[in-house]
Amino acid sequence: MAKKIRVLIAKPGLDGHDRGAKYVARALRDAGYEVIYTGIRQTPKSIARTAVQEDVDFVGLSLLSGAHNELFPAVVDELKKNGADDIVVFGGGVIPQEDIPNLKKKGVQAVFTPGTPIKSVIDFIEEVRRHK
Amino acid sequence: MSFSEKVTQGDIRSIARALSIVENNDPEKEELIDKIHKFCGNAVVWGVTGPPGAGKSSLVDHIITRLRKAGKKVGIIAVDPSSPFSGGAILGDRLRMQSHAVDEGVFIRSMASRGHLGGVSEATGDAVKVLDAAGYDVIILETIGVGQTEIDVMQIADVIMLVLVPGLGDEIQALKAGIMEIGDIFVVNKSDKHGADKVRAEIEYMLSLKQDNETGEKKPVIMTSALKDEGIDELVESMDFFIKKISDTGDLERRRKKRIELEIRKILSRKVEEAVHYNLNLENKMKKWVSSVFGKENSVYHIVNSQFGKIIKEQKAK
Amino acid sequence: MSLKKIEEKKKEWENGTLKPVLDKYPERKESFSTGSWLPVERVTLPEEFSEEEFLSKIGFPGEFPYTRGVQPTMYRGRLWTMRQYAGFGTAEESNKRYKYLLDQGQTGLSVAFDLPTQIGYDSDSDYAVGEVGKVGVAIDTLKDMEILFGGIPLDKVSTSMTINAPASVLLAFYIAVAEKQGVSRDKLRGTIQNDILKEYIARGTYIFPPKPSLRLITNIFEFCSREVPKWNTISISGYHIREAGSTAVQEVAFTIADGIEYVKAAINAGLDVDKFAGRLSFFFNSYNDLFEEVAKFRAARRIWAKVMKEKFNAKNPGSMKLRFHTQTGGSTLTAQQPDNNIVRVAIQTLAAVLGGTQSLHTNSRDEALGLPTEESVRIALRTQQIVAHESGVTDTVDPLAGSYYVESLTDKIEEQAWQYLNKIEDLGGMVHAIEAGFVQQEIQDVAYRYQREIESGDRVVVGVNKFVIEEEGPKDILKVDPKLRQVQMEKLAEVKKNRSNETVEQKLNELREGAKDPSKNLMPLIVDAAKEYASLGEICGVLREEFGEYKESIVL
Repeated sequence: MAKKIRVLIAKPGLDGHDRGAKYVARALRDAGYEVIYTGIRQTPKSIARTAVQEDVDFVGLSLLSGAHNELFPAVVDELKKNGADDIVVFGGGVIPQEDIPNLKKKGVQAVFTPGTPIKSVIDFIEEVRRHK
Repeated sequence: MSFSEKVTQGDIRSIARALSIVENNDPEKEELIDKIHKFCGNAVVWGVTGPPGAGKSSLVDHIITRLRKAGKKVGIIAVDPSSPFSGGAILGDRLRMQSHAVDEGVFIRSMASRGHLGGVSEATGDAVKVLDAAGYDVIILETIGVGQTEIDVMQIADVIMLVLVPGLGDEIQALKAGIMEIGDIFVVNKSDKHGADKVRAEIEYMLSLKQDNETGEKKPVIMTSALKDEGIDELVESMDFFIKKISDTGDLERRRKKRIELEIRKILSRKVEEAVHYNLNLENKMKKWVSSVFGKENSVYHIVNSQFGKIIKEQKAK
Repeated sequence: MSLKKIEEKKKEWENGTLKPVLDKYPERKESFSTGSWLPVERVTLPEEFSEEEFLSKIGFPGEFPYTRGVQPTMYRGRLWTMRQYAGFGTAEESNKRYKYLLDQGQTGLSVAFDLPTQIGYDSDSDYAVGEVGKVGVAIDTLKDMEILFGGIPLDKVSTSMTINAPASVLLAFYIAVAEKQGVSRDKLRGTIQNDILKEYIARGTYIFPPKPSLRLITNIFEFCSREVPKWNTISISGYHIREAGSTAVQEVAFTIADGIEYVKAAINAGLDVDKFAGRLSFFFNSYNDLFEEVAKFRAARRIWAKVMKEKFNAKNPGSMKLRFHTQTGGSTLTAQQPDNNIVRVAIQTLAAVLGGTQSLHTNSRDEALGLPTEESVRIALRTQQIVAHESGVTDTVDPLAGSYYVESLTDKIEEQAWQYLNKIEDLGGMVHAIEAGFVQQEIQDVAYRYQREIESGDRVVVGVNKFVIEEEGPKDILKVDPKLRQVQMEKLAEVKKNRSNETVEQKLNELREGAKDPSKNLMPLIVDAAKEYASLGEICGVLREEFGEYKESIVL
C-alpha cells in the first residue's frame, strides 16, 4: 500500500487565530493526507517533538502575528536538534513577501501567503513526494 | 547501534520510525518485531474507549499527569477513523494531551484506522510492542468505540476502560453490544452534568444482568469530570487495582496468552489467504469465474472447490 | 403575508414581463443568496402589516425595540466616533501615532496591545520571544502606560482598549495614569473589551478558565459602577466570531448569547441589572453584503432590547439599548491589488453607518500584509470622513427602514438568531455550549464552506480568483524593530530597580489572598499593585497560580 503522507499543522507562538490552520487541516484531509493539528500556543520545541513522534513528512506552520522571522526558523532548528531535518517545513499566514527569501534560507521550504488557493499547498506536497 | 537497538534504548526518532514501519506494513516489519519481541512484556496496556464526545482524550491527559507523577513512562496510541471518502484523516486526539508534548517520559502517537492490510488491530498490536520494547511502563490505547474494528483493537489491552457521558440516553443500549462486554471499568465522564446519575444507574443495571464469570465481583463504575479534574485519582487507582488483581489471580497471563493465540491465528489467516490468492492468481482469474457463475455454467462452490482442490493436490504432491 | 392585489399583479408580471426576458436572458445563477447564504428574492414585495406591527417591530429611533437606532436623532445630533485601532512597538511610537491620528481628526483612541500583554506575559517572558510589539504596543508596567498617554489629556479623550483576559490590569494602569494627570476617575470615558467568552470561541487570548474569568468581569462591572461610572465595562464582541468565519446570523446570535451569559453572571454576583447594563456595549463586524449587514445591525438591536426587557426585566431604557462599535471586516481584504481594499472598506463603512453604529474603525488597505502605514491609515480615516460629510446618509435616521428587502432580511436574521439563542439556552448557556464545542463547530463548518466557495470560484474575490494580475510585492509595509524585546526588557529591569520591591511583594500577596476569596472584588487590589509598579506579568502570574489556566477545547 502506498505510504500515507502525514502532515503536522501547528501554530507557534501566542497568535490565536486558527481559522486558516483549521481550514488547511480539513482540506488536506480531504486531499487524502493524515493530518495532525496541535492547537494554538505551541513552542518550537513542542512542535518539533510532536513532528518527530508522529513521524510526519511535513510540518505546516500558521502565524499571523508577525513573529514568523523568529519562530519559523526556531522550529526548523528544533527539528534539526532532534535529528529530523528531513521533515519538510512550510508556512503560511500574514508574511510579507520580502521576508520569504530569508525564511527559505533558514530552511522553510515554502511560504503560502493570504489568497493562495489550497491547491498550491497540495501541489507542493505532491511535488516533494515525487522527488523523495 | 542497530536500528532495533536504538528502539529498545528509547531513541525517539527510531521509535517513531518503527511505529511507521509497523503501520505501513513495510518489508522490515517482521524483522523488527523479531528483534524486539524479547524486550516486550513489561508494559501494562490500558484501553480507553467510548463514543465520540465522551471526553476520552481529556481524561487521558489527566491520567498521564498522574502516571508521570508516579514516575511511570507513558506511551499513548490514539486511533481515529480515516475518512471513507478521501482516505485521509484528521488526528485530533493528541490536541488535548499537548501539554505533555515536551515531557521526555511521554510518547504520543496518532494512528488513522485506514484500510490496513490485516486490519488496524494488527498494526496497533505491533505498535504496542514497539512502545513496550522501548521501555514505556504504561501504554494507553485510545479508540472510539463504535465499530467492530475498534472492539478488535481493544482486545490488545490488559484492562479496558469504557467512557460514557450523560446525554447519550438510550444510546447506551444502542452501543454495540460487544463494547459493554469488554469493559472492565466503566467511567461516567462530565459527571457534573445533568443525567450523570442516570447513566451510572443504567450501566449498573446492565452489569447486573450479566454474570461476572472471572472474579464474581462487581465491575466498578467511576464518576469523573475531566474538565474539573475530578475523579481521576479514583480512576487511576481503580485501573491499578484491577491490574494487580488479575496479575495475582493469573488472569493477566491468561488474557495475554489468549491474545497471542488470537494474534497468531489472525496473522496465519492473513498469510494463508495471501498465499492462496497468489497461488491461484486470483485477481486475474476472478472475472472469468464470475462470468461462469453468472452464466449458470458453474455454482460458486464448484468454482472454489475445484480451485481449492488444485492447491491441496499440489501441496500433497510437494 | 403579501397583499392580495399585489400578489395577483406579481403573477401577471412574472408571466407577462419577466418570462420573456428570462427565456432570452437567463439569470447569472440558479439561485441567489446573501454572503451568509440567506436566500435572496428577485424582487421583494411589501407585506401586509398593521400599525401595531410597525410600532412594535420597527417603531421610532431611541425607543424600544430600538430597531431604527438607539438615539432619536442619531447622526443628525452627533456623528459616530471615528476610532482607529492603533498600537505597535513601544509606548513612545504608539504615543506618536495617537497624536497623529488625533491631529488628523480622529475623535477617540483605540489601543492595540501586543500578544504577550494580551495574554498576561511581560516582555522578558520566554513566551514573548518574537512577539513583543508586533501586533500592538508592549505594556509591562504603569511606566509604559504613562508614556503611552503622555501629553494626551484623559479627561478630554475617550479611550477604547482591546484587552480581555488582563483587562482589569490595564484598566488599573489607565486609572493610575489619569490620577497622575490629576484627572478623577469619574471623568474617565472609554471602553475595555473584557469579553472572555469570545476569546474561547474565536480569538484565543484567554488566560484563566471561565469561572474565575467571569468573576473578574463582574468585579469590573461592580467597581466601575461605583468608581468609574462613565466607563463602558465590556465590549461584547461579534467581530472576531465573524472573522473566524461565522455567518451574519451566528455573529448576532453568539454575541448576544455571550451578552446573556455576562448579564446572568453579574446578576448572580448580586448586581442589579439596571445598575450595570447601561454600560455594556457591543462590537460588531461590517462585512461585504451591504444589505445583509444593515439588516443584521437592526436585528441585533431588536433582539437585545427584547432580551433585556423580557428575560432580565430591565426597567431603565438605557439597559435595553444595544450600543456598538464596528470594525470593517479584516478577512475580506486581500493581499493582491491592495488598493482594491479601499473600495471594500468604503462599502463596509456605508453598511455600518446605515446600520447605526456608535463608533467605527476602518481597516487600512495593507491589512493582509502587515500593520498599517501612516498613509494607509490616513486613507482609512478619510473614508469615514467622506461618508460622514459628503454622502448625505447621515442626514436622516435609519434611511433603509421600510425597504421591503431590508425589513424582510431583518426579520429573517432575527428569527434565525432566536433559534440559536434557544438552542444555547437548552445546552445550559454559553459557557456550556463552548465547553461542548457546539459554537466552535458551527463556525468551523460554515467557515469551511465559505473557503471552498472561494477555492472553486463560486464566491468571487476580485483580484484573487477573478480579475487577477501579475503583481510585484508591495513596497511600503510597516516593520516592527525585532530588537524591541531587548529594549522592553531593559526598560522593565529599570522599573524593577527603581520601585519598592517590598511593597510590590506585599501588594501581590494581598491580591493572592483576595483571589482565594470569591466574595472579594479584586479591582482595588489590582489598582494598588499597579500603582506600585508591579508588572502585568507579575499580577497575572499570581492570578494564574490561583485560578489555573484554560485548556482549549478543540473540535475539528
